Amino acid sequence: MSRGVEAAVEVRAMTRSAFVLRGALAAGAAFGSATAAPFVRGALAQAGGGDVAVLNFALMLEYLETELYERAGRLALSSDVARLARELGAQEAEHVAALRAAVRQLGGRPERTPAFTFPMSDEKRFLSLAQSVEDVGVYAYNGAILALRSKELLGAAAGIGQVEARHAAAIRLARGMTVAPRAFDKTMTERQVRDAVRPLLED
Amino acid sequence: MYSVDGTSRKRFLSLMGASGAAALGALAAGCGSDDDDPERAVDDAAADVAIVNYALSLEFLELELYRRALDSDFFNGSERELMKTLADHEQQHVDALTAAIGKLGGRPAKRPQAKFDLGSRVTILKTAYRLENLGAAAYLGQVPRIRDRGVLEAAIAIHSVEARHAAALNALLDKDVTPTGAFAKPASMRQVLPVAQLFIAR
Repeated sequence: MSRGVEAAVEVRAMTRSAFVLRGALAAGAAFGSATAAPFVRGALAQAGGGDVAVLNFALMLEYLETELYERAGRLALSSDVARLARELGAQEAEHVAALRAAVRQLGGRPERTPAFTFPMSDEKRFLSLAQSVEDVGVYAYNGAILALRSKELLGAAAGIGQVEARHAAAIRLARGMTVAPRAFDKTMTERQVRDAVRPLLED
Repeated sequence: MYSVDGTSRKRFLSLMGASGAAALGALAAGCGSDDDDPERAVDDAAADVAIVNYALSLEFLELELYRRALDSDFFNGSERELMKTLADHEQQHVDALTAAIGKLGGRPAKRPQAKFDLGSRVTILKTAYRLENLGAAAYLGQVPRIRDRGVLEAAIAIHSVEARHAAALNALLDKDVTPTGAFAKPASMRQVLPVAQLFIAR
């Protein structure tokens, strides 16, 4: 496995409120605003109820990814892969926090995490599953970006989506696979994403 | 949302046929701040053409870099395969963005005359690392500004692939695959253009 992957992902230890603010700032920065407040006002002004639903859907995926990496940590993994799982998982947790905060700021209620089941007994199966999940995450965010009405939220979602694409690449590198299967990443609708992840939802 | 201003529209469309370097320089002047400014009455299509030509210019640079990398002796085995993949993708991006400009009724920017330090494998990889991360940030900065749905779909599909490319190059150089942490940072035209200009011969 590439040495680069081991050193690949920087972990930043931050308090929860810092995660939220950072997420808001990341979106605010796209529009030149220096604080989170204009982002919130702008988002409230522009977002339809539909935007809350889109964010809640993205939140479900982030819960899934966070849980995947958390459970992977309990497998017997090589130190490189264990570290990758920890670091990607930490970032997914930041995404969860930011999306929950964004939903609340829009006056919505963040959905609770569903129960998940991950068929993975070893490192090989974990990495294979992680690749599928991260790739679907990229396609889901691409779809979410198109579904959002608020431009601020679109920018914020794309900022998270880019990181998911980087995650997908990191997992693919760990497996010795090509980082980008195509020159253009797909877009998936919410329906398509739900169908793709249904096997991982515990009934 | 904006009134149609014939003068601005003509100005943008005439810029779009200019050479890559001139187009990029003009974009820096013409785009001004990235904030939506109702005073700057710009036809929606012309604004989108400006954005797509900006992306096209960056793609041209990346493509040229990978072509020259493949022409050099520095890349073999899996690294060579990576360079080939990246070159192929950037060519497809160039084709798609060029077609998008045509659909918008604009003129595609010409391929800039690129200048790269090709002295070693590491120099080339560092340039690629800079351009791909720059490109990912540039797409991220523009995505909220795009008006046309079709153009937005194309930009989104390319944006995440540029991010994958960037991650691959970061990993090759033992750098973070997520250099700004859990949230990617957008870059404005004002931030990107001076860096892109470094790789364009005058």
